[in-house]
Amino acid sequence: MKERIGVYVCHCGGNISDYVDVEKVCRAVENEDGVVLARTTLFACSDSNQNEMINDIKEHNLDGVIVASCSPKLHLATFRNVTERGELNKYTYVHANIREQASWAHSDDKTGATEKAIHLVKAAIAKSRYAEPLYPYWFEAEKTIAVIGGGIAGMKATASLADKNSNVVLIEKESRLGGHTAEWGSLAMTDEKGYELTERIAGDIRNRENIFILTGAEVISTKGSIGNFEIRIRKKPQKEGDPSEIMVMKIGSIVVATGYDHYSPKDGEYGFGNSDWVITLPEFKKLVDSSTGKILEYKGMRISNVVYIYCVGSRQANGGNSYCSRYCCTSAIHTAIEAKKKFNGIVNIHLNRGIRTYGKQELLYAESLQMGDLYLQFNEESLPKIFVKKQKMVIAVKDILSAGKELEVEADLVVLVTGMVPRSDRSVGSMLKLPKGRDGFYNEVHMKLRPVETVIDGVTIAGTCQGPKNISESVNSALSAATKSYSLISKGTLETEPIIAKIDQENCSWCSKCLNACPFDAISKEAVHNREVAIVNASVCKGCGMCTPVCPVDAIDLTGYSSKEMMSMIDVLV
Amino acid sequence: MNGALKKSAKILVFSTEKISDPAIDMAGLLKLHYPPTVYTLTVPCSGGIKPAWIMYAYEKGFDGVFIAADGSDCIFGESCTEKTGNIVSMTHEQMKEKELDPARLRMAAICSVCSEAFVKQIRSFNDYLLKTRNA
Repeated sequence: MKERIGVYVCHCGGNISDYVDVEKVCRAVENEDGVVLARTTLFACSDSNQNEMINDIKEHNLDGVIVASCSPKLHLATFRNVTERGELNKYTYVHANIREQASWAHSDDKTGATEKAIHLVKAAIAKSRYAEPLYPYWFEAEKTIAVIGGGIAGMKATASLADKNSNVVLIEKESRLGGHTAEWGSLAMTDEKGYELTERIAGDIRNRENIFILTGAEVISTKGSIGNFEIRIRKKPQKEGDPSEIMVMKIGSIVVATGYDHYSPKDGEYGFGNSDWVITLPEFKKLVDSSTGKILEYKGMRISNVVYIYCVGSRQANGGNSYCSRYCCTSAIHTAIEAKKKFNGIVNIHLNRGIRTYGKQELLYAESLQMGDLYLQFNEESLPKIFVKKQKMVIAVKDILSAGKELEVEADLVVLVTGMVPRSDRSVGSMLKLPKGRDGFYNEVHMKLRPVETVIDGVTIAGTCQGPKNISESVNSALSAATKSYSLISKGTLETEPIIAKIDQENCSWCSKCLNACPFDAISKEAVHNREVAIVNASVCKGCGMCTPVCPVDAIDLTGYSSKEMMSMIDVLV
Repeated sequence: MNGALKKSAKILVFSTEKISDPAIDMAGLLKLHYPPTVYTLTVPCSGGIKPAWIMYAYEKGFDGVFIAADGSDCIFGESCTEKTGNIVSMTHEQMKEKELDPARLRMAAICSVCSEAFVKQIRSFNDYLLKTRNA
């Protein structure tokens, strides 16, 4: 039984302390049996606090450590490592989740959230008293990594993994690699052509011996877990009438890079679908990229006045996409500059809600202003209106930069600056059970600290399947996801938690119920002191605990989840 | 407990580390509120919950126990659904012996992204428990 427990209650900046009175939590637990130290900390995960914890373990001779902070999915490993660095067995560490399951879940009830946090910390103390030192097991992991999605993020992740001498399977649903980037001509900032850039990367990865590329192929099912995923892939037939080919692969880790869809305006949104002269930014970019000659023509008509309406399908407070797609301001301005440079007589008028050409992209905005582009700014309460006046398309806008003056501008073509939305095909995410955020994109574990990992061990996310990004941001995240996926399995072995069934052989009288309940054949019968009892094969037991409820004499416990621990927690939660 | 908390039933949730716990965490992340007298104990698999723990929770004063089961997503295999169902049946028998309303034990499969389903289940369970407690 632990007698010298240290408790740390985290503010998490204000994520916890804005809703939970952390000082009150600390005072409520400091006199609990076995607690010798209880303190609050601004960020429990910070280096300085970690070092303080290590000093405390040594100085106060702690035999148990508890941190009450965010979800254990985020920092259980962090604090186990701290405990280990303090020379305690890391499995004696106990975590209390007072952020996701108290401060955030009950941000509408500060008193309730604080009371709940106190109970959760007391339960952790109860568990800590009985937590025994445990020692991990190791198992072999597959070293092949699957990258799902062959856009620029997927291809760069693949190349990066191949550089690390990993075997990689790149699975692309379409018949070609490159994703949306391959559809573009000139790209912002570098003026490279999108299709040339993607072809160069595709050429590179096609020449690697350790990369297996599957195009026209989709993942149809997955099972298993980190180190030992099994994925089934259906490859479209080469010729019509041929059957699809089904492949089964053993995979250690998965990078999901399934990309985004363009926002498609609703019928009638700014006249979209009603007028031939209202098109989206991706359509306009393709028009600019593909047109030759000195004048810009669309459907046989000369285009001079181009009016861009920004934030279509983005930053909508009510009932739409509330997020900003980030890349669209830059893309619209870059395309407008391209059009002006390439064709005679182009006049660009940008109706925007504040330009977000962050970082170096601001140079494009400056260039556009120098070239004479006109910027008018509206807000969400007074959106621009499109109508026909004297056979001309006219857009009325209330410009907040000129004291809300109502202005009318004529347009030959209206370009709706649309953003990114999550893929309508969510099949990969559904199969892998990847959580989605409020915006519908896949969610990372932590935006800052674990930005490419998901709660599904062994599955990372790269590029725009995680949220809107420009190409360089997508590539950054792809390289990060590749490195993370590689690091998970690069040793070829994985540590598994030492959570296994433990038989109380004094009480066991062998009835075989546990043997029948075990899905892994980890239990067998053995004669001990002339009695038949159950024994557990530790290398086969997966720690599910399915054998424990069926024992008629309660002679089986799961380490870390013993009846003693569970019931002591129930005692204090009431 | 203060007056405000008495408006909520005390519910013990058994969640699972890889499947339902992420959904409960995400409910917090999404600020999907549910009563603060709902406490979660995490286990590796819902097929490993002992009926004795559930009975102990009632004995100590919990109004209800909710098993956020793995369902068909269980990482330990398909038999989890059936085994969790057996645990509920075994516990129901014990509850009847003690003259406890079997509806005070509820089970639903909660996948790793089923945050809204979890909150909906808990709110409805809370309503039921308050209704029967106050009847």
